[in-house]
Amino acid sequence: MSTDTPDASADDAPTRAELAARVDELEDALSEVADDDGKKMSIIATKGTLDMAYPPLILASTAAAFGYEVTVFHTFWGLDILHEEHSKNLQLSSVGNPNMPVPNALAALPGMDRVTTSMMEKKIDDNDTATIEELLETSLDMGVEFQACQMTIELMDYDEDDFFDGVTTGVGAATAIQDMAEADIQLLV
Amino acid sequence: MSAEFDITETLDVKGASCPMPVVKTKSAADELAEGDVLEVLATDSGSMSDIEGWAAGTKGVELLDQETDGDVYKHYVRKTE
Repeated sequence: MSTDTPDASADDAPTRAELAARVDELEDALSEVADDDGKKMSIIATKGTLDMAYPPLILASTAAAFGYEVTVFHTFWGLDILHEEHSKNLQLSSVGNPNMPVPNALAALPGMDRVTTSMMEKKIDDNDTATIEELLETSLDMGVEFQACQMTIELMDYDEDDFFDGVTTGVGAATAIQDMAEADIQLLV
Repeated sequence: MSAEFDITETLDVKGASCPMPVVKTKSAADELAEGDVLEVLATDSGSMSDIEGWAAGTKGVELLDQETDGDVYKHYVRKTE
């Protein structure tokens, strides 16, 4: 059992010069971090219903307005938002959605998704809410990078030409992870 | 308006709803030079909070004033760099 107390004047204590050098080193490291003031946001968009297409696009365009560098990685049904043809026909379903004024038993009838989708489209129009296409084009103009997951493109039998101009293809989960690791905000929608 | 600043340009986003007032304000601000003042006219009541938040979180812009005139929300943003 030792009763030694720490000795501040021990021989292995750093010298003044060593401490000064260490402080310089840390200051350099800190300035590198501080210089990196580019803010980044990474969104993973997995849903392709009309209602779920809005949040990633609204947040992406707004973050771009704040000066964020934004990437949106679209996978599974989220790919349809970037699909030139499918994005015009995104559907809204009442089934399993207690917020919709249609009972499940009725909502499950053939053609009901088309009815609820039309209701929503009318509301969007009446309210002058931007359309999906407008939000997508605005976001692209503002420099948002939209990525289409290569694995899902193949899974869904889509072609790389099916997507809007400016959409990045040929990317996978590793690209998304890298973007998320560097981002200040990461969202899964 | 008791303006102690001159308006360089006016952006009319009346009728547009979230996120367009902020997004278009940003695009309009990008076209301006340092010291210029942008007037934004909106009918989206959320624009009061949104443009305030955008200006606070964005480099190079300063919110000078916000006021309500009937149904119209007016915002005044100065470009600072």
